[in-house]
Amino acid sequence: MKTLADGGYDISAFFLDHRDVIARDWTQRVAKNSTGRISAAETQSELLPILDALLKIVGEWPNVSGAPFEEVRALLSEYSRSRARNGFSPAETATAVFALRDAVLSEANKNPQGPGYTGIERFSQMIDSLGLITFDAYVRTRETIITSQTEQLLELSTPVVKLWNGILAVPLVGTLDSARTQVVMEALLQMLVSTESQHAIIDITGVPAVDTQVAQHLLKTVMAARLMGAECVISGIRPQIAQTIVALGVEFGDIVTKASLADALQLTLQRSGFEVRKSERKA
Amino acid sequence: MTIVQHWSIDGVPADAQAAEFEIQSDADVVKVRQAARQLAQKAALSIVDQTKIVTAVSELARNTLIHGGGGTAQVEIVKNEKRVGVRAVFMDEGPGIADTTRALSGGFSTGGGLGLGLSGSRRLVDAFDLDTAPGRGTRVTVTKWAR
Repeated sequence: MKTLADGGYDISAFFLDHRDVIARDWTQRVAKNSTGRISAAETQSELLPILDALLKIVGEWPNVSGAPFEEVRALLSEYSRSRARNGFSPAETATAVFALRDAVLSEANKNPQGPGYTGIERFSQMIDSLGLITFDAYVRTRETIITSQTEQLLELSTPVVKLWNGILAVPLVGTLDSARTQVVMEALLQMLVSTESQHAIIDITGVPAVDTQVAQHLLKTVMAARLMGAECVISGIRPQIAQTIVALGVEFGDIVTKASLADALQLTLQRSGFEVRKSERKA
Repeated sequence: MTIVQHWSIDGVPADAQAAEFEIQSDADVVKVRQAARQLAQKAALSIVDQTKIVTAVSELARNTLIHGGGGTAQVEIVKNEKRVGVRAVFMDEGPGIADTTRALSGGFSTGGGLGLGLSGSRRLVDAFDLDTAPGRGTRVTVTKWAR
């Protein structure tokens, strides 16, 4: 058994001798905890490169921030990213790393006087640091996901669709704050110009609560469209919303409101001079 | 008062009867509103009454933010001998309201809104209590009972 410069024991021999047993035990422990979200084969193909990369640099343990650990850190980060995307919790992700210690300990315990056992302390320190690396990488991945989802949501939240020649619809879903109203209004006014539409339907079926701020935003949007010569109809007023608006005392004045988008479409078609009727031809 | 749980990210825990929030941004207004909706559902308010208390909470939370310069909100399920309901308390240490009669009359606004928030909220709930004076901050308590 070789003693290293810093007084630690080189347990590389133990690891190399028992590599296959440890690898099998480790992947089994991790696969058991992942409860079917990731296959055993996948777990193995993710974990074994990490183990082998670690075994290549046994002499560098436990200084995980050093340059020799670069490959291990990269592999671990990649592993954490894939776990974060697959919906694992950060604890589950870090536990996978800690499971390596359990696997090594259970192997070393089979022969307490053997060479493996004496180097365990440094190994254990290293595992703790590696666990922290997975945690870091996990959180960074989650933050990236959240940021991109927020951006996607803002884009998604403001579609202006063309229902018919000269008729646009804005289906609003979710909370209507000042920032979103601004985006909706701009998108609607732009579309009114580019499609030369005279009519727009603002559907609020997906807006959970209409308070005075939402009402004011709706009124402003309708007024702006009016200035451009377009008429707006507000649709999707559910019974509870209607009663709340009345109790609040908000007045929509001469703005036409309808219970459903279908009613609003029928009205705007009529206003634009279209006639909708059932075909008399037999199919 | 029942147990108050401090929660900021995930809304109201499933078993909670009450929630307390800091109101410092628009996002906080949304959180208070969601908590009010969850508790109103739990108190088995009708859909109309749920919408009314949620809308009132939304108005008052925004008042706390805009006029009170931020503050706190407590939403809780309350019970008396006959009924279950939802109560919300909004507190701020802002400038207070000098002319409460005018503030409650409707159509009067100092913040560029429609001026219907306070008066409208009063009409949306069963009990409305306004405690304010210039320089002393504002405390609004509203209750909606299940019918």
